[in-house]
This record gives sequence, C-alpha cells and structure tokens, in this order.
Amino acid sequence: MSRESDFYLRRLHSLLGVIPVGLFLAQHLVINHFATRGEEAFNNASNFMGSLPFVLFLEWFIIYIPLMFHAFYGVYIAFTAKNNVQRYGTFRNWMFMLQRVTGIFLVVFIAWHIYETRIQKALGAEVNFNMMEEILSNPFMLAFYIAGVLAATFHLANGLWSFAVTWGIAQSPRSQKIVSYITIVAFLVLSVIGVQALLAFVV
Amino acid sequence: MTEQTTAVLEQPTAGKTVKFEIQRQDTPDSKPYMESFEIPYRPNMNVISALMEIRRNPVNADGKKTTPVNWDMNCLEEVCGACSMVINGRPRQSCTALVDQLTQPIRLEPMRTFPVVRDLVVDREFMFDSLKRIKAWIPIDGTYDLGEGPRMPERKRQWAYELSKCMTCGVCLEACPNVNDKTNFIGPAILSQVRLFNSHPTGAMNKDERLETIMSDGGIGECGNSQNCVVACPKGIPLTTSIAAMNRATTVQMFKNFFGSDHMVD
Repeated sequence: MSRESDFYLRRLHSLLGVIPVGLFLAQHLVINHFATRGEEAFNNASNFMGSLPFVLFLEWFIIYIPLMFHAFYGVYIAFTAKNNVQRYGTFRNWMFMLQRVTGIFLVVFIAWHIYETRIQKALGAEVNFNMMEEILSNPFMLAFYIAGVLAATFHLANGLWSFAVTWGIAQSPRSQKIVSYITIVAFLVLSVIGVQALLAFVV
Repeated sequence: MTEQTTAVLEQPTAGKTVKFEIQRQDTPDSKPYMESFEIPYRPNMNVISALMEIRRNPVNADGKKTTPVNWDMNCLEEVCGACSMVINGRPRQSCTALVDQLTQPIRLEPMRTFPVVRDLVVDREFMFDSLKRIKAWIPIDGTYDLGEGPRMPERKRQWAYELSKCMTCGVCLEACPNVNDKTNFIGPAILSQVRLFNSHPTGAMNKDERLETIMSDGGIGECGNSQNCVVACPKGIPLTTSIAAMNRATTVQMFKNFFGSDHMVD
C-alpha cells in the first residue's frame, strides 16, 4: 500500500467520522426517540425518513460511502496499533484503545444492523415499530443493540475529541481537557437518548 | 576520589544484594533469553553501576560464568539519551534509574521498538534519519556572508529552550502504540523538533519544507493521540502540545497548498 497519501486519508477519515457519519448517528438516535411516544409516532417518523426525495442518493452519499470508508480504513488503523495500556494506564491511552475496540465492534454491529433492517427492506420486508419490537424481544439482541448504541456514542464522542486535536483546534492541555469534558457530556446525552429509544420497544 | 572513600563505596553493605533479570540477545537475529544476576549492594547505586559490577564479575545468579551484559551509555547525567532501556516495564534512562527506588528483581529489557544490536544496545538510527528528513537544523550557510538573521525574542527563546531539551533518546517512540513494525511513523520527538525549528526566526524560512515532510509517509497523520509520549518523556517536553500545534500548522499548509497562490513560505 502506498503510504504517500496517508496524511490526507487520515484527515479524511477524521472528517468523515464527524461529517456526515457523526451527524447521521445523532440524527438517527433522535428519530428513534419517537419510539418513546408510541408505535404510531415512530412509524410516521420512519416513513417520513424512508420517503425523503432522492432517498437512495442521500443514503449512498451521506451514509454508505462515507461510512464504508470510515469503517474499512478504521479497521486498518486499529490493527496497526500496538496497544499498551498495561504499561501506561492513563485515561487517554485507555480512550485510544477503546476507540479501536469500539470501532471494530461497530463494524460487526452495523453490518448486522444493516442486514437486519435496510437489506430486509430491500428484500421486501417492512421496517417499522413491529420489526424492531420483534428483534428486541430477544434479550440477547437487546443486549447486543444496547452495546451497539453505547459503542457508537462513545466512538463518536471520543472521535469528536480527537477531531479537535487532529485538526489543531484544541492545542493547549487545558483546551484539550475542556474538550474532553464536553465530549463526555455528549456521550452521556446521546447514550440516554439512544438507550431510551431501545427500551421503548420492549416495555 | 581518594583511596579511602573508594574503599568505603566498594565495601558491600552487610551482605545485602540486588537482584536483576536481564533480557539478553547475543546477535541482532538470535532469540532473546532471560538471565538473572545477584550482585552486592552498595549505597546510591544506579542501574549503570550495577551493570558495571556485572561487567567486572560476569557471573549469573546460578553462579555460572557468563558473558558481560552489553549496554550503551555516554553522558551519565540524562542529557544524551544513549542509555535508554526498559526498566521494570517502563522505558527510561538507566543512568537516572536509582536502585533504591526500584522494585526487585529489577527487570531490564532493550527498547524493542528499535532493532536490537546486542543485549540492551539498540540502534536508534531511524530517529537520526528522521531528523535528517525533517531538516532539523537552521540553514545559515551561503557562498558569501549572509549577515545576521532576524532577532529572536528572549521570551520565545526561553520557551523554545524547553523543546530543545530533546535528546533523541527514543523513550517516546517506545511508549507510542503507533510506532511499531506495522507503521513507519517517525514518532513524537521528531514532530516536536519540527515545531522547534519552525519557531526559530531563521528556521521558519524553510517551515513549509518541514511541514510537507511530516504531511507525507510516516508523518503526523500516524499520530493516534494516545498521549503516552508526554507521560513518558524524561525531559518533560510538551510533546502532545507540539503535535497539536503541528496538526494546526499542517491543516493550514494543506489548505494553502490547494487553495493558495504560488508563494511558498508565507
């Protein structure tokens, strides 16, 4: 693999993680939250999103292509690291490792999630409240989905921090610390939104 | 040193000993193996004086005669970086590793991020080559007297002095999860040197060249922000701040290269 373009690929990887993938995740979790208002509200929101004009174009250019690049290049990044949290058990070194662990887990989770929903839709199934209710009635799948949502919100929040550092926005240790606190809040807020929506399908 | 004080230092302290476990390797390609040593304790020993004791009497803990352990050293005051090795799991200089402050058995290993030459001796040439790649110097030579360069503000000089304390010891590369045989990341120390030389008023005249270098193969893009380097650095150099500063500088350079006009430095 030619490494000359690594700098630009890394920057692109960092950028795409936030725009559009991160924004899409936040939007996805917010739309899911309609589930807490009942079956009809969720189905209406789901139908609205599914019937947007140019929906295939939007899906490919805002979700699939950036997500696939981020995922596959991310796997390469994750497997070139030699983690050493035993030697340096600092907060940042743990975050470094968890970013890679959640990333790998998310490739598996998202692949499964897309297979179970979007591909089934393409094959003729209807994606609605009932479908999710059925999937999540299995306690193992519920745990898998909760882990997936938490991994995604963590990966996004920590990714926002490293985005700020990678692009040279936060340079001083103080600014990096403040960005850490902000991203911890973002993680908590998005996690609550995401998990509440999941639980709405089982209660 | 007078004969009397030497005699006092040489006198073992009531039969007390120091235990060492040293990872040895006879040639660059041979398999490493562990060897234990138990040597007489003396007050104020450091790891180097212990290694000197082993060299003086190369007998391992089993009482068998062995080859003396090889290691590298030079200044003995933590400014050259030559004696860096992994001591009890952490990379650091063996000259400032005091035996009294270490848990025994004291485990010594070479910094395996670099090619091992023999025992604890590693070849840090990768770092010196990287310094050449980023042009870690101030070009002042011409075919005629170029005269004085621009003045450097005193406060800036004092700040830059902290960055100049880097001794290319390799501890930050050993600590970094992204410096390994799967990547060709040049490492935190080198990126900080780009900041040092780009901050110098004369060095800044070539800052775009240094930035272009770290925007290529093995450069700043390989940093994964684990921030181990700043924790590991024996000289307390703000490596992560340097990296973030170079991240911003390369961001600007990247946009300049693409959207800017045809000027180079400023």
